[in-house]
Amino acid sequence: MTVLTTNNQDRGSRIEDRAGSVAPHLVRPSILDPRSSILLHPSAEDHHIARMAALALGLSVLEAAIPSPLPGVKPGLANIVTLIVLARYGWRTAAWVSLLRIVAGGLLLGSFLTPGFFLSLSGALCSLLVLGISQHLPQRWFGPVSHSILAAFAHIAGQLLLVYLWLIPHVGLLYLVPVFAVAALIFGTVNGLIAAHFLDENKIYHRDTETQREAIT
Amino acid sequence: MQIMAHIKTGDGIVLLLGTLFTAWLSATLWQGGVADKAIIRQGGKIFSAVPLSRNQIISVPGPLGISQITIHNLQARIASDPSLRQYCVRQGWLKQAGEIAVCLPNQVSVELSGSNKRYDSLNY
Repeated sequence: MTVLTTNNQDRGSRIEDRAGSVAPHLVRPSILDPRSSILLHPSAEDHHIARMAALALGLSVLEAAIPSPLPGVKPGLANIVTLIVLARYGWRTAAWVSLLRIVAGGLLLGSFLTPGFFLSLSGALCSLLVLGISQHLPQRWFGPVSHSILAAFAHIAGQLLLVYLWLIPHVGLLYLVPVFAVAALIFGTVNGLIAAHFLDENKIYHRDTETQREAIT
Repeated sequence: MQIMAHIKTGDGIVLLLGTLFTAWLSATLWQGGVADKAIIRQGGKIFSAVPLSRNQIISVPGPLGISQITIHNLQARIASDPSLRQYCVRQGWLKQAGEIAVCLPNQVSVELSGSNKRYDSLNY
């Protein structure tokens, strides 16, 4: 069976080779023919968003391996990426990165369209809403730490609201609220500090490269 | 030192407000409420409802014998009970509204309740 398959595969590849060597223009254009296939032309910004979302995705997969004492209490490391993107490229890009990360993370971790997926989606939507408002705070006094804490509180608020409306419509849920609030405060602060650290480092890096460039020219 | 460099004035205010908010949440949501009344049941029926403000000892007769309930200093406990395992006696003082001690063998229970009962029928 295996021999036969490999034989066939060999033959197939040989045929392909022959076809490619004899008339490459007969094989290639059919793949890229715009009439038979949909071609997307991603811009540089799309690539950038995808790269950032991939980075956030890596962090959320990493985080999935960390055991959690209570379902829903997670550090939310991927939000560090969202915070950095928000500070450097604005709210629209941050929203893209955040939502792409959630959909791709759901697919990757097998939770797509499960309650867990909708919980992170509602949390993210609430956070993005709050970030959209908080980014207008004066930058002189409010940095990523503020954004992170506010977004973390919005995140648990969104999640708990969905849990209450959809999964557990019971007042007993209120007993868990302080636990989630403490987690949001701690992880929000830590993530904000990490994001601020990276943003600062970037600033120093940019300054250094600029001075180097100036020195060269 | 380096951590402090990343916290701006507004960040400190947000952090402080967040801490206060969390503290407020735990204070309001985790407090069982002040109890002012003890409801004593025997065989599923209310035997008596007494205020916690007066210190007293109440004897409740059950199928096995007499359970003694002590009310002292706005707290209540089952001081003695003829039940075999003494679970309700070991439970000790009940302090907050909603707390309950049940002696199943003797069919006696003590429940503390506040002015506003926090539980709805969904709980039971």
